[in-house]
Amino acid sequence: MREELITSGRMNPLVDPQLHIWSWEIPFYLFLGGLAAGILFFAGYYVIMGKEKEYPAAIEKTPLIVPFLLLLGLGSLFLDLNHKLFFWRLYTSIRLQSPMSWGAWVLMVITPVSFIWAAIHIKKTFPKLKWPYAWMDELEKFFTSYKKVIAWIMVIYSLILGIYTGILFSAFNARPLWNTSILGPLFLTSGLSTGAALNIITAKSEYERHKFTRIDLMLIGIELFLIIHIFMGFLASTQVQIDAARLFLGGPYTAPFWILVVFFGMILPGLLEILELRNIKIPVLIPATLVLVGGLLFRFIWTFAGESSRWLY
Amino acid sequence: MRYAMAIDTKKCVGCSDCVVACQTENNVPIGYCRDWIVEVVDGTYPQLELEIRSERCNHCDNSPCVRCCPTGASHVEEGGFVLVTHNKCIGCGACIASCPYDARYPHPDGYVDKCTFCMHRVTKGQLPACVATCPTKCMYFGDLDDPNSPVSLVLKNRKHKTLIPEAGTKPQLYYLI
Ligand code: SF4
Ligand code: SF4
Repeated sequence: MREELITSGRMNPLVDPQLHIWSWEIPFYLFLGGLAAGILFFAGYYVIMGKEKEYPAAIEKTPLIVPFLLLLGLGSLFLDLNHKLFFWRLYTSIRLQSPMSWGAWVLMVITPVSFIWAAIHIKKTFPKLKWPYAWMDELEKFFTSYKKVIAWIMVIYSLILGIYTGILFSAFNARPLWNTSILGPLFLTSGLSTGAALNIITAKSEYERHKFTRIDLMLIGIELFLIIHIFMGFLASTQVQIDAARLFLGGPYTAPFWILVVFFGMILPGLLEILELRNIKIPVLIPATLVLVGGLLFRFIWTFAGESSRWLY
Repeated sequence: MRYAMAIDTKKCVGCSDCVVACQTENNVPIGYCRDWIVEVVDGTYPQLELEIRSERCNHCDNSPCVRCCPTGASHVEEGGFVLVTHNKCIGCGACIASCPYDARYPHPDGYVDKCTFCMHRVTKGQLPACVATCPTKCMYFGDLDDPNSPVSLVLKNRKHKTLIPEAGTKPQLYYLI
């Protein structure tokens, strides 16, 4: 038997007895980042493919909320900071080894791009809207003529943003649960899936809705595959990673993860989507909402479980 | 220059004087600490083994906390001191999550705080407060590049280990065993 105790009584707030430096702000920020990445990816992708007619919701409608998502995400990142007055320091240095740093810079690029995208498409959804100044019309014309370029920027940066939401965690080898390179692709897939789910809700035509239902189904499949992969990797790894996996295999996170995230957030909506594709009437709101809520819970559970996985004591 | 510390686990009695000395010297806010005592009991009665360790930031050679800091607030000073520049730190907590030893904490004033190896004393030729205070004289501090420094000498003559070297951080706190 081996017992390790801190006998001088270390009780540093937010660190002891168990790390809790990140509460709701960071997982919420990661969820919003992934969702925004998913929406922008599909919008950019279908413009590049020249399919604007087929996918009006994905290109014109859903991206209208992205600026809000990103601002909300940045806001919640800001709330997480303990030394808020020094927030601007994030933008006085670029540190490539720090995911926090390049994530902040990616957001700096993609947020204005999302505003531009929303601005050049907003009149399609709100036809009565008029810009107050003439130069704004000029600007809209200017950006519209470069739509394909903007679409390319969106596709590239949304993939970086989506993968960043996972790499932020996987770069920490101090937390064995986070320290897996599969987390980048997994969070990216989950982000794309939540984006597709939102497109399912906003799509008007059955063609577009079914397209995104099929895409979402495929993404859910990839997610499940990656999740199995992650646990296989953990169980074949070092003791600390085996312990990390056990948090989900009998440990305190078993029920929340497998029931809420995997079953209600992936398998059930997946089954409902299959039924929908077979033309059985399912209100699309149900599977899409399940995917969105599942994605949100996934980030929360992975954040908190990761903080409780450790090397010492 | 590479400062390091060696702590004799055979001499340490776990009195926590180093903890209090640090809190006093560095004005550590009440309820927080930069160093702490760990007692490890190994074996089955009556074959028991006890190890007592005074722990703190390991001023790692390959420090994840410095790598992940988005602003450069966490940095390495000449001599290997891993420090935090208060007015550059945004308090994002990345470095706290990145330390496998949980050696950092959020200071109530917002920035992140941790053991500094008492750089303010060391640059004046004094020992860190914990080393200077230890009643059993079980801590050794000095420059590893100087073969005659107390820490180099004791590491030459005694078996030693570091904590979780498998985490890859190259810790510079050595425990004599
Ligand atoms: S012990 Fe932790 S805080 Fe100190 S240098 Fe190593 S990783 Fe950084
Ligand atoms: S909390 Fe401060 S020192 Fe730590 S990583 Fe963030 S900015 Fe750097």
